[in-house]
Amino acid sequence: MVLIQKQKTRAFSIATITLPGSPKDLIPLLSFRDRVEHLLVRIGWRRRRYIVEPALYRIGSPMPDSPVIVTANYKLTVDTVRAACAGMDLWVLVLDTRGINVWCAAGKGTFGTDEIERMVRTSRLTDIVKHRRLILPQLGAPGVSAHRVKKITGFTVIYGPVRIADLRDFLAADMNATSDMRHVRFTLSDRISVTPIELVLSWQLFLAAALAGLGLWAIHAAPFPAAVVPLVGAVLMGAVVVPLALPLFPFRSFVLKGAAAGLLWALLMIALFPVDILTAARHLTLLPPVVAYLAFNFTGSTAFTSPSGVKAEIRWFTWPLLLWFAAGVILYFAELIRGWLG
Amino acid sequence: MRYIESVVTLNLDAEKCIGCGRCAEVCPHRVFTVTDRKAAMIDRGACMECGACQKNCPVDAITVKVGVGCAYALIRSRITGKEACCG
Repeated sequence: MVLIQKQKTRAFSIATITLPGSPKDLIPLLSFRDRVEHLLVRIGWRRRRYIVEPALYRIGSPMPDSPVIVTANYKLTVDTVRAACAGMDLWVLVLDTRGINVWCAAGKGTFGTDEIERMVRTSRLTDIVKHRRLILPQLGAPGVSAHRVKKITGFTVIYGPVRIADLRDFLAADMNATSDMRHVRFTLSDRISVTPIELVLSWQLFLAAALAGLGLWAIHAAPFPAAVVPLVGAVLMGAVVVPLALPLFPFRSFVLKGAAAGLLWALLMIALFPVDILTAARHLTLLPPVVAYLAFNFTGSTAFTSPSGVKAEIRWFTWPLLLWFAAGVILYFAELIRGWLG
Repeated sequence: MRYIESVVTLNLDAEKCIGCGRCAEVCPHRVFTVTDRKAAMIDRGACMECGACQKNCPVDAITVKVGVGCAYALIRSRITGKEACCG
Protein backbone atom coordinates (compact mmCIF):
# COMPACT_ATOMS: atom_id res chain seq x y z
CA MET A 1 0.00 0.00 0.00
CA VAL A 2 2.93 2.34 0.61
CA LEU A 3 3.83 2.12 -3.05
CA ILE A 4 0.29 2.93 -4.10
CA GLN A 5 0.07 5.96 -1.81
CA LYS A 6 3.25 7.35 -3.31
CA GLN A 7 1.52 7.37 -6.69
CA LYS A 8 -1.12 9.62 -5.06
CA THR A 9 -3.97 7.54 -6.35
CA ARG A 10 -6.10 4.80 -4.92
CA ALA A 11 -5.67 1.28 -6.21
CA PHE A 12 -8.97 -0.46 -6.83
CA SER A 13 -9.78 -3.49 -4.73
CA ILE A 14 -10.42 -6.61 -6.76
CA ALA A 15 -9.31 -9.21 -4.28
CA THR A 16 -10.17 -10.59 -0.91
CA ILE A 17 -8.02 -9.54 2.04
CA THR A 18 -5.42 -12.14 2.98
CA LEU A 19 -2.36 -12.31 5.19
CA PRO A 20 0.38 -9.87 4.15
CA GLY A 21 2.79 -11.43 1.69
CA SER A 22 0.56 -14.28 0.58
CA PRO A 23 -1.18 -14.26 -2.83
CA LYS A 24 -4.62 -12.64 -2.91
CA ASP A 25 -7.69 -14.22 -4.44
CA LEU A 26 -9.11 -12.46 -7.48
CA ILE A 27 -12.87 -12.21 -7.36
CA PRO A 28 -13.82 -13.78 -10.69
CA LEU A 29 -17.24 -12.28 -11.25
CA LEU A 30 -17.48 -8.63 -12.26
CA SER A 31 -19.80 -6.52 -10.15
CA PHE A 32 -22.30 -3.96 -11.39
CA ARG A 33 -19.92 -1.32 -10.09
CA ASP A 34 -17.06 -2.77 -12.21
CA ARG A 35 -19.25 -2.53 -15.31
CA VAL A 36 -20.21 1.08 -14.61
CA GLU A 37 -16.53 1.90 -14.12
CA HIS A 38 -15.73 0.32 -17.50
CA LEU A 39 -18.24 2.55 -19.28
CA LEU A 40 -16.83 5.63 -17.53
CA VAL A 41 -13.19 4.74 -18.17
CA ARG A 42 -13.99 4.35 -21.90
CA ILE A 43 -14.90 8.05 -21.99
CA GLY A 44 -11.83 9.24 -20.13
CA TRP A 45 -12.69 8.90 -16.41
CA ARG A 46 -9.56 8.24 -14.28
CA ARG A 47 -7.51 7.96 -17.46
CA ARG A 48 -4.08 6.54 -16.50
CA ARG A 49 -5.22 6.19 -12.87
CA TYR A 50 -7.45 3.11 -13.14
CA ILE A 51 -5.08 0.68 -11.47
CA VAL A 52 -4.81 -2.38 -9.26
CA GLU A 53 -1.92 -3.29 -7.02
CA PRO A 54 0.86 -5.18 -8.84
CA ALA A 55 1.15 -8.59 -7.15
CA LEU A 56 0.67 -12.32 -7.56
CA TYR A 57 -3.03 -13.19 -7.42
CA ARG A 58 -5.00 -16.43 -7.47
CA ILE A 59 -8.04 -17.27 -9.56
CA GLY A 60 -9.89 -20.32 -8.23
CA SER A 61 -7.67 -22.74 -6.28
CA PRO A 62 -4.36 -22.96 -8.13
CA MET A 63 -1.87 -25.66 -7.15
CA PRO A 64 1.94 -25.51 -7.42
CA ASP A 65 1.65 -27.02 -10.92
CA SER A 66 -1.09 -24.64 -12.14
CA PRO A 67 -0.31 -22.23 -14.98
CA VAL A 68 0.97 -18.70 -14.30
CA ILE A 69 -0.37 -15.97 -16.54
CA VAL A 70 1.10 -12.47 -16.65
CA THR A 71 -0.82 -9.26 -17.21
CA ALA A 72 -0.79 -5.46 -16.76
CA ASN A 73 -2.16 -3.48 -13.81
CA TYR A 74 -4.70 -1.46 -15.80
CA LYS A 75 -7.92 -2.43 -14.04
CA LEU A 76 -9.84 -2.76 -17.29
CA THR A 77 -7.22 -5.32 -18.36
CA VAL A 78 -7.27 -7.21 -15.05
CA ASP A 79 -11.07 -7.24 -15.08
CA THR A 80 -11.06 -8.75 -18.57
CA VAL A 81 -8.78 -11.47 -17.25
CA ARG A 82 -11.01 -11.98 -14.19
CA ALA A 83 -14.14 -12.37 -16.26
CA ALA A 84 -12.53 -14.64 -18.87
CA CYS A 85 -10.90 -16.95 -16.33
CA ALA A 86 -13.88 -17.55 -14.04
CA GLY A 87 -13.97 -21.22 -13.12
CA MET A 88 -10.29 -21.84 -13.92
CA ASP A 89 -7.44 -22.38 -11.47
CA LEU A 90 -4.60 -20.00 -12.28
CA TRP A 91 -1.88 -17.83 -10.84
CA VAL A 92 -2.04 -14.28 -12.17
CA LEU A 93 1.11 -12.17 -11.99
CA VAL A 94 0.10 -8.53 -12.35
CA LEU A 95 3.01 -6.30 -13.42
CA ASP A 96 3.33 -2.61 -12.58
CA THR A 97 2.66 -1.01 -15.97
CA ARG A 98 1.52 2.30 -14.41
CA GLY A 99 -2.09 1.56 -15.27
CA ILE A 100 -1.42 1.08 -18.98
CA ASN A 101 -2.78 -1.85 -21.01
CA VAL A 102 -0.51 -4.69 -22.16
CA TRP A 103 0.00 -3.56 -25.77
CA CYS A 104 0.78 0.10 -25.02
CA ALA A 105 2.88 -0.80 -21.96
CA ALA A 106 4.87 -3.27 -24.08
CA GLY A 107 5.53 -0.47 -26.58
CA LYS A 108 6.86 1.70 -23.76
CA GLY A 109 8.79 -1.22 -22.25
CA THR A 110 7.02 -1.08 -18.88
CA PHE A 111 5.45 -4.43 -19.69
CA GLY A 112 8.92 -5.82 -20.18
CA THR A 113 11.74 -8.15 -19.29
CA ASP A 114 12.97 -6.18 -16.27
CA GLU A 115 9.54 -5.75 -14.73
CA ILE A 116 8.87 -9.50 -15.13
CA GLU A 117 12.14 -10.21 -13.35
CA ARG A 118 11.21 -7.81 -10.53
CA MET A 119 7.74 -9.25 -10.00
CA VAL A 120 8.92 -12.87 -10.20
CA ARG A 121 11.44 -12.01 -7.49
CA THR A 122 9.23 -9.94 -5.17
CA SER A 123 6.29 -12.36 -5.39
CA ARG A 124 8.66 -15.25 -4.58
CA LEU A 125 7.11 -17.17 -7.46
CA THR A 126 9.86 -19.80 -7.45
CA ASP A 127 8.74 -20.84 -3.93
CA ILE A 128 5.08 -20.96 -4.90
CA VAL A 129 5.03 -22.91 -8.17
CA LYS A 130 6.92 -26.09 -9.06
CA HIS A 131 7.17 -25.49 -12.79
CA ARG A 132 9.13 -22.74 -14.57
CA ARG A 133 6.74 -21.45 -17.21
CA LEU A 134 5.10 -18.03 -17.64
CA ILE A 135 2.22 -17.54 -20.04
CA LEU A 136 2.32 -14.01 -21.45
CA PRO A 137 -0.27 -12.31 -23.60
CA GLN A 138 1.06 -12.35 -27.16
CA LEU A 139 0.61 -8.59 -27.43
CA GLY A 140 3.12 -8.15 -24.60
CA ALA A 141 5.88 -9.49 -26.88
CA PRO A 142 7.10 -6.07 -28.17
CA GLY A 143 8.34 -5.30 -24.64
CA VAL A 144 9.66 -8.71 -23.67
CA SER A 145 12.70 -10.66 -24.72
CA ALA A 146 11.74 -14.27 -24.03
CA HIS A 147 15.31 -15.60 -24.13
CA ARG A 148 16.47 -12.90 -21.69
CA VAL A 149 13.63 -13.71 -19.27
CA LYS A 150 14.75 -17.34 -19.37
CA LYS A 151 18.33 -16.34 -18.70
CA ILE A 152 17.69 -14.05 -15.73
CA THR A 153 14.69 -15.71 -14.05
CA GLY A 154 14.87 -19.35 -15.17
CA PHE A 155 11.28 -19.14 -16.39
CA THR A 156 10.39 -20.10 -19.95
CA VAL A 157 8.12 -17.58 -21.66
CA ILE A 158 5.19 -19.01 -23.57
CA TYR A 159 3.21 -16.49 -25.57
CA GLY A 160 -0.47 -17.19 -25.14
CA PRO A 161 -3.29 -16.06 -27.40
CA VAL A 162 -3.87 -12.41 -28.33
CA ARG A 163 -7.29 -12.45 -26.67
CA ILE A 164 -7.71 -13.75 -23.11
CA ALA A 165 -11.06 -15.25 -24.15
CA ASP A 166 -9.03 -17.89 -26.06
CA LEU A 167 -6.95 -18.86 -23.01
CA ARG A 168 -9.18 -21.78 -22.02
CA ASP A 169 -8.89 -23.37 -25.48
CA PHE A 170 -5.16 -22.58 -25.59
CA LEU A 171 -4.56 -24.43 -22.30
CA ALA A 172 -6.80 -27.31 -23.36
CA ALA A 173 -4.69 -27.69 -26.52
CA ASP A 174 -1.47 -28.13 -24.48
CA MET A 175 -0.61 -24.47 -24.94
CA ASN A 176 -0.76 -24.53 -28.72
CA ALA A 177 -2.33 -21.48 -30.31
CA THR A 178 -4.26 -21.68 -33.54
CA SER A 179 -3.33 -19.22 -36.28
CA ASP A 180 -6.55 -17.36 -35.50
CA MET A 181 -5.62 -16.96 -31.81
CA ARG A 182 -2.35 -15.31 -32.89
CA HIS A 183 -3.95 -12.86 -35.28
CA VAL A 184 -4.97 -9.31 -34.39
CA ARG A 185 -8.18 -8.25 -36.01
CA PHE A 186 -9.61 -4.78 -35.79
CA THR A 187 -13.31 -5.42 -35.91
CA LEU A 188 -16.21 -3.01 -35.78
CA SER A 189 -16.72 -3.82 -32.10
CA ASP A 190 -13.03 -3.08 -31.41
CA ARG A 191 -13.48 0.25 -33.17
CA ILE A 192 -16.68 1.02 -31.28
CA SER A 193 -14.87 0.51 -27.96
CA VAL A 194 -12.02 2.91 -28.80
CA THR A 195 -14.09 5.60 -30.54
CA PRO A 196 -15.75 7.27 -27.50
CA ILE A 197 -12.37 8.40 -26.21
CA GLU A 198 -11.59 9.94 -29.63
CA LEU A 199 -14.73 11.99 -29.22
CA VAL A 200 -13.82 13.12 -25.70
CA LEU A 201 -10.21 13.92 -26.61
CA SER A 202 -11.30 16.10 -29.56
CA TRP A 203 -13.46 18.38 -27.37
CA GLN A 204 -11.26 21.38 -28.15
CA LEU A 205 -11.91 20.94 -31.86
CA PHE A 206 -15.64 20.60 -31.19
CA LEU A 207 -15.52 23.84 -29.24
CA ALA A 208 -13.54 25.60 -31.99
CA ALA A 209 -15.95 24.33 -34.67
CA ALA A 210 -18.99 25.37 -32.63
CA LEU A 211 -17.54 28.85 -31.98
CA ALA A 212 -16.64 29.30 -35.66
CA GLY A 213 -20.20 28.32 -36.61
CA LEU A 214 -21.73 30.58 -33.96
CA GLY A 215 -19.60 33.44 -35.30
CA LEU A 216 -21.21 33.10 -38.74
CA TRP A 217 -24.65 32.93 -37.20
CA ALA A 218 -24.05 35.91 -34.88
CA ILE A 219 -23.26 38.28 -37.73
CA HIS A 220 -26.16 36.94 -39.82
CA ALA A 221 -23.96 35.33 -42.44
CA ALA A 222 -26.11 32.19 -42.17
CA PRO A 223 -29.06 30.83 -40.18
CA PHE A 224 -28.18 28.73 -37.12
CA PRO A 225 -28.17 25.15 -38.55
CA ALA A 226 -26.50 26.16 -41.81
CA ALA A 227 -23.78 27.96 -39.83
CA VAL A 228 -23.07 25.35 -37.16
CA VAL A 229 -23.94 21.91 -38.59
CA PRO A 230 -21.26 21.75 -41.34
CA LEU A 231 -18.42 22.63 -38.96
CA VAL A 232 -19.41 20.57 -35.91
CA GLY A 233 -20.44 17.72 -38.20
CA ALA A 234 -16.99 17.69 -39.79
CA VAL A 235 -15.37 17.05 -36.40
CA LEU A 236 -17.89 14.29 -35.76
CA MET A 237 -17.10 12.78 -39.19
CA GLY A 238 -13.37 12.68 -38.45
CA ALA A 239 -13.56 11.53 -34.83
CA VAL A 240 -16.38 8.99 -35.10
CA VAL A 241 -17.72 8.22 -38.57
CA VAL A 242 -14.41 7.57 -40.35
CA PRO A 243 -13.06 5.33 -37.53
CA LEU A 244 -16.25 3.27 -37.49
CA ALA A 245 -16.55 3.07 -41.29
CA LEU A 246 -12.78 2.64 -41.78
CA PRO A 247 -12.84 -0.27 -44.28
CA LEU A 248 -15.48 1.44 -46.44
CA PHE A 249 -13.00 4.05 -47.67
CA PRO A 250 -10.93 2.39 -50.39
CA PHE A 251 -7.61 4.09 -49.57
CA ARG A 252 -4.69 2.78 -47.50
CA SER A 253 -3.79 6.29 -46.36
CA PHE A 254 -5.79 7.59 -43.39
CA VAL A 255 -5.43 11.16 -44.63
CA LEU A 256 -7.04 10.15 -47.94
CA LYS A 257 -9.79 8.24 -46.13
CA GLY A 258 -10.52 11.38 -44.12
CA ALA A 259 -10.25 13.75 -47.09
CA ALA A 260 -12.73 11.60 -49.05
CA ALA A 261 -15.12 11.59 -46.11
CA GLY A 262 -14.69 15.35 -45.73
CA LEU A 263 -15.44 15.99 -49.41
CA LEU A 264 -18.58 13.83 -49.16
CA TRP A 265 -19.60 15.78 -46.06
CA ALA A 266 -18.99 19.13 -47.79
CA LEU A 267 -21.05 18.05 -50.81
CA LEU A 268 -23.85 16.89 -48.50
CA MET A 269 -23.84 20.29 -46.78
CA ILE A 270 -23.95 22.07 -50.13
CA ALA A 271 -26.92 19.91 -51.13
CA LEU A 272 -28.70 20.28 -47.79
CA PHE A 273 -28.44 24.01 -47.10
CA PRO A 274 -28.88 26.84 -49.60
CA VAL A 275 -25.41 28.16 -50.40
CA ASP A 276 -23.87 30.62 -52.82
CA ILE A 277 -20.52 30.13 -54.52
CA LEU A 278 -18.50 31.62 -51.65
CA THR A 279 -20.06 29.36 -48.99
CA ALA A 280 -19.79 26.30 -51.24
CA ALA A 281 -16.10 27.03 -51.79
CA ARG A 282 -15.62 27.51 -48.05
CA HIS A 283 -17.23 24.11 -47.31
CA LEU A 284 -15.03 22.39 -49.90
CA THR A 285 -11.83 23.92 -48.54
CA LEU A 286 -12.42 24.17 -44.78
CA LEU A 287 -14.12 20.85 -44.02
CA PRO A 288 -12.05 18.09 -45.75
CA PRO A 289 -8.69 18.99 -44.11
CA VAL A 290 -10.33 18.94 -40.65
CA VAL A 291 -11.83 15.49 -41.26
CA ALA A 292 -8.54 14.28 -42.77
CA TYR A 293 -6.52 15.42 -39.76
CA LEU A 294 -8.86 13.71 -37.28
CA ALA A 295 -8.99 10.53 -39.35
CA PHE A 296 -5.19 10.51 -39.52
CA ASN A 297 -5.05 10.71 -35.73
CA PHE A 298 -6.98 7.46 -35.51
CA THR A 299 -3.77 5.68 -36.65
CA GLY A 300 -2.85 5.84 -32.94
CA SER A 301 -5.82 3.67 -32.00
CA THR A 302 -5.59 1.02 -34.69
CA ALA A 303 -3.84 -2.32 -34.55
CA PHE A 304 -2.32 -2.40 -38.02
CA THR A 305 -0.65 0.94 -38.86
CA SER A 306 3.15 1.12 -38.94
CA PRO A 307 5.10 4.19 -37.75
CA SER A 308 6.90 4.27 -41.11
CA GLY A 309 3.53 4.58 -42.83
CA VAL A 310 2.42 7.36 -40.50
CA LYS A 311 5.69 9.22 -41.12
CA ALA A 312 5.22 8.82 -44.87
CA GLU A 313 1.76 10.33 -44.62
CA ILE A 314 3.18 13.27 -42.65
CA ARG A 315 5.81 13.77 -45.41
CA TRP A 316 3.31 13.57 -48.24
CA PHE A 317 0.31 15.42 -46.83
CA THR A 318 1.35 18.06 -44.29
CA TRP A 319 1.78 20.92 -46.77
CA PRO A 320 -1.16 20.07 -49.06
CA LEU A 321 -3.47 19.86 -46.03
CA LEU A 322 -2.15 23.08 -44.48
CA LEU A 323 -2.59 25.01 -47.75
CA TRP A 324 -6.05 23.51 -48.30
CA PHE A 325 -7.07 24.46 -44.77
CA ALA A 326 -5.56 27.95 -45.08
CA ALA A 327 -7.72 28.57 -48.17
CA GLY A 328 -10.75 27.53 -46.11
CA VAL A 329 -9.85 29.90 -43.29
CA ILE A 330 -9.46 32.79 -45.75
CA LEU A 331 -12.87 32.03 -47.29
CA TYR A 332 -14.39 31.78 -43.79
CA PHE A 333 -13.16 35.26 -42.94
CA ALA A 334 -14.32 36.53 -46.32
CA GLU A 335 -17.79 35.30 -45.41
CA LEU A 336 -17.59 36.87 -41.97
CA ILE A 337 -16.65 40.22 -43.49
CA ARG A 338 -19.40 39.93 -46.08
CA GLY A 339 -21.94 39.18 -43.33
CA TRP A 340 -20.60 42.08 -41.30
CA LEU A 341 -20.95 44.53 -44.17
CA GLY A 342 -24.46 43.15 -44.64
CA MET B 1 -7.60 -3.90 -43.37
CA ARG B 2 -4.12 -3.04 -44.59
CA TYR B 3 -1.91 0.04 -44.41
CA ILE B 4 0.78 1.62 -46.62
CA GLU B 5 3.17 -1.24 -47.39
CA SER B 6 5.96 0.25 -49.49
CA VAL B 7 7.69 1.95 -46.54
CA VAL B 8 7.84 -1.01 -44.11
CA THR B 9 11.33 -1.37 -42.57
CA LEU B 10 11.23 -5.05 -41.57
CA ASN B 11 14.17 -7.24 -42.64
CA LEU B 12 15.09 -10.85 -42.01
CA ASP B 13 18.61 -12.23 -42.30
CA ALA B 14 17.94 -15.85 -43.26
CA GLU B 15 21.63 -16.72 -42.85
CA LYS B 16 21.49 -16.02 -39.11
CA CYS B 17 18.08 -17.68 -38.57
CA ILE B 18 18.11 -20.87 -36.49
CA GLY B 19 14.44 -21.64 -37.09
CA CYS B 20 13.27 -21.36 -33.47
CA GLY B 21 9.90 -20.03 -34.57
CA ARG B 22 9.60 -17.22 -32.03
CA CYS B 23 8.93 -14.62 -34.76
CA ALA B 24 5.96 -16.56 -36.10
CA GLU B 25 4.74 -17.04 -32.53
CA VAL B 26 4.77 -13.35 -31.57
CA CYS B 27 3.73 -11.66 -34.84
CA PRO B 28 0.10 -10.49 -34.63
CA HIS B 29 -0.16 -10.13 -38.42
CA ARG B 30 1.09 -13.52 -39.63
CA VAL B 31 4.13 -12.03 -41.38
CA PHE B 32 6.37 -15.06 -40.79
CA THR B 33 6.27 -18.75 -41.43
CA VAL B 34 8.90 -21.33 -40.49
CA THR B 35 9.59 -24.26 -42.77
CA ASP B 36 12.60 -26.64 -42.63
CA ARG B 37 14.01 -24.74 -39.60
CA LYS B 38 14.16 -21.44 -41.50
CA ALA B 39 11.91 -18.44 -41.06
CA ALA B 40 10.56 -16.64 -44.11
CA MET B 41 8.44 -13.53 -44.56
CA ILE B 42 5.22 -14.47 -46.29
CA ASP B 43 3.41 -11.15 -45.78
CA ARG B 44 5.97 -8.41 -45.14
CA GLY B 45 3.49 -5.68 -46.10
CA ALA B 46 1.23 -6.50 -43.14
CA CYS B 47 4.01 -5.53 -40.70
CA MET B 48 3.07 -2.75 -38.26
CA GLU B 49 6.61 -2.46 -36.91
CA CYS B 50 5.74 -3.34 -33.30
CA GLY B 51 9.16 -4.96 -32.88
CA ALA B 52 7.98 -8.14 -31.13
CA CYS B 53 9.88 -10.38 -33.58
CA GLN B 54 13.11 -8.38 -33.30
CA LYS B 55 12.96 -8.37 -29.50
CA ASN B 56 12.33 -12.12 -29.30
CA CYS B 57 14.80 -13.29 -31.93
CA PRO B 58 17.62 -14.96 -29.97
CA VAL B 59 20.17 -14.53 -32.79
CA ASP B 60 19.33 -10.95 -33.90
CA ALA B 61 18.32 -12.07 -37.37
CA ILE B 62 15.47 -9.56 -37.57
CA THR B 63 15.72 -5.78 -37.82
CA VAL B 64 12.85 -3.32 -37.88
CA LYS B 65 12.56 0.37 -37.06
CA VAL B 66 10.22 0.33 -34.09
CA GLY B 67 8.27 3.37 -32.95
CA VAL B 68 5.06 5.01 -31.91
CA GLY B 69 2.52 4.63 -34.70
CA CYS B 70 0.29 7.50 -33.65
CA ALA B 71 0.02 10.53 -35.93
CA TYR B 72 -0.57 12.97 -33.10
CA ALA B 73 2.59 11.89 -31.24
CA LEU B 74 4.70 11.96 -34.41
CA ILE B 75 3.44 15.39 -35.48
CA ARG B 76 4.12 16.72 -31.98
CA SER B 77 7.64 15.28 -32.02
CA ARG B 78 8.20 16.86 -35.45
CA ILE B 79 7.21 20.28 -34.07
CA THR B 80 8.93 20.11 -30.66
CA GLY B 81 11.96 18.11 -31.82
CA LYS B 82 11.50 15.71 -28.90
CA GLU B 83 11.12 11.97 -29.10
CA ALA B 84 7.63 10.73 -29.95
CA CYS B 85 5.64 9.16 -27.13
CA CYS B 86 2.00 8.44 -26.40
CA GLY B 87 1.89 11.43 -24.04
